[in-house]
Amino acid sequence: MMYSEKVLDHFKNPRNVGEIEDADGVGTVGNPVCGDMMSIYIKVKDDRIDDVKFKTFGCGAAIATTSMTTELAKGKTLDEAMEITRQNVADELGGLPPVKMHCSNLAADALHEAVKDYRKKKGEA
Amino acid sequence: METYMDHAAARPVDPRVLEAMKPYFSESYGNPASFHSKGFESLKALDEARRQVASLIGAQDSEIVFTSGATESNNLAILGAAQRYRKRGKRVVISEIEHISVINISKELTRQGFEVVNAPVDSEGLVDLEQFKGLVNDDTVLVSIMAANGEIGTIQPIEQAAKIAHDHGSLFHTDATAAVGQIRLDVSMGLDFMTLSSNDIYGPKGVGALYVKKGLRLKPHMIGGGQEGGLRSGSENIPGIVGIGKAAEIIAGEMGEEAKRLSALRDKLIEEVLEAVPESHLNGHPTERLPNNANIRFSFIEGEALLLSLSDLGISVSSGSACVAKTLEPSHVLRALGLKHEEAHGSLVFTLGKSNRDEDVEYVVQSLPGVVKRLRAMSPLTPKELI
Repeated sequence: MMYSEKVLDHFKNPRNVGEIEDADGVGTVGNPVCGDMMSIYIKVKDDRIDDVKFKTFGCGAAIATTSMTTELAKGKTLDEAMEITRQNVADELGGLPPVKMHCSNLAADALHEAVKDYRKKKGEA
Repeated sequence: METYMDHAAARPVDPRVLEAMKPYFSESYGNPASFHSKGFESLKALDEARRQVASLIGAQDSEIVFTSGATESNNLAILGAAQRYRKRGKRVVISEIEHISVINISKELTRQGFEVVNAPVDSEGLVDLEQFKGLVNDDTVLVSIMAANGEIGTIQPIEQAAKIAHDHGSLFHTDATAAVGQIRLDVSMGLDFMTLSSNDIYGPKGVGALYVKKGLRLKPHMIGGGQEGGLRSGSENIPGIVGIGKAAEIIAGEMGEEAKRLSALRDKLIEEVLEAVPESHLNGHPTERLPNNANIRFSFIEGEALLLSLSDLGISVSSGSACVAKTLEPSHVLRALGLKHEEAHGSLVFTLGKSNRDEDVEYVVQSLPGVVKRLRAMSPLTPKELI
């Protein structure tokens, strides 16, 4: 199984790795049992994602998709962020091996969870 | 630097083997069944290869059947014996860490009405002989226990297992694919059938052999002209068979020295990796272990990401992670040791071979800590003090 250049690039040089200590919203999906787990942390300013960071346990695809998701999310409004789909993430990476589409491509869900977490804390949910 | 430590997956063909094979493609291309000089040449080569393979395991020439590889040998032995001797009983006992071909063959036997029972292994991968004894009964037609496991390296007590099987009138098969050429194997250990693979002794791919003890019968699955004593029809793959023969002859002479050399390299690899990387653990048995195998797990990270990172540094190894398996399940072998899914995901399998030297081990030991550290820094599971 081979990954696209872009997947390999995001795996080797992941963007926005880390945690945000005082995050406004945190979303975690997956679990270590199936081999993929990712957390996305967001800082929100004027309804936009001002900063975003991630941590991922998982395969190359899991790390690359989370990295790409954070890149797509940065600067977006919360509504726009909620519209980022797994398919968008895969497309931006130049595609993923079919087997990785459902098992490792969970980062968009983590982003959505982070936005929901923020909205819940704000009492908007 | 390029370092290949995935010899359980594939090995290079020994140049001496390749040389021996060459004439049998375009010069001595006869069919051994033919009555003319071209045919006689090939028949002679076939007989010689059979003698070479038999000699490696202390068998008689007539007890060797050439096949297309270990998977076919396992199919022929297990399906063939269970079906041929069906009247002797319906129980088949295998270990729970057999090669996937044996496991899937046993599922086919279940569909055919046999009762397949899995013998458990302990946390170091040894078949638990006490429990095994309780599973083999007088209704058992066949027992199949591998000589050693290629993934965790654990060497099984097949001599004792064969004795237990025979005490109940059962036949005994061993899949020696991973063990052949690394440890001494002799059919006098009580073997009725033994699977051998060519590539695992630096022979060509696509060839294997099955030892079938004199007097025993098997139901064949390849039906045709009755080659290989009727057990494996089809014109013989002479170049390949010459290859496995030559490989068997070479390994018989060199395995003692090579096993000593590899064991020392293996121990150095294990010791230094465990020392250099915190929260790393050895999988498998500390001493009852193939000379070329090191299986180490790294907590908090996943194996495929490790493989990708190491491949970038020119290091080729393998992993028991679900993410590299077609099934998306972590290795059944690691699970059988009692490891949790998340522990199995982070395992690496190093299988050494002829090309590996001290420098290779040193390069791996130098490279691994940084790779592990980078992935751990990204993982939400890593405890703060390890980052």
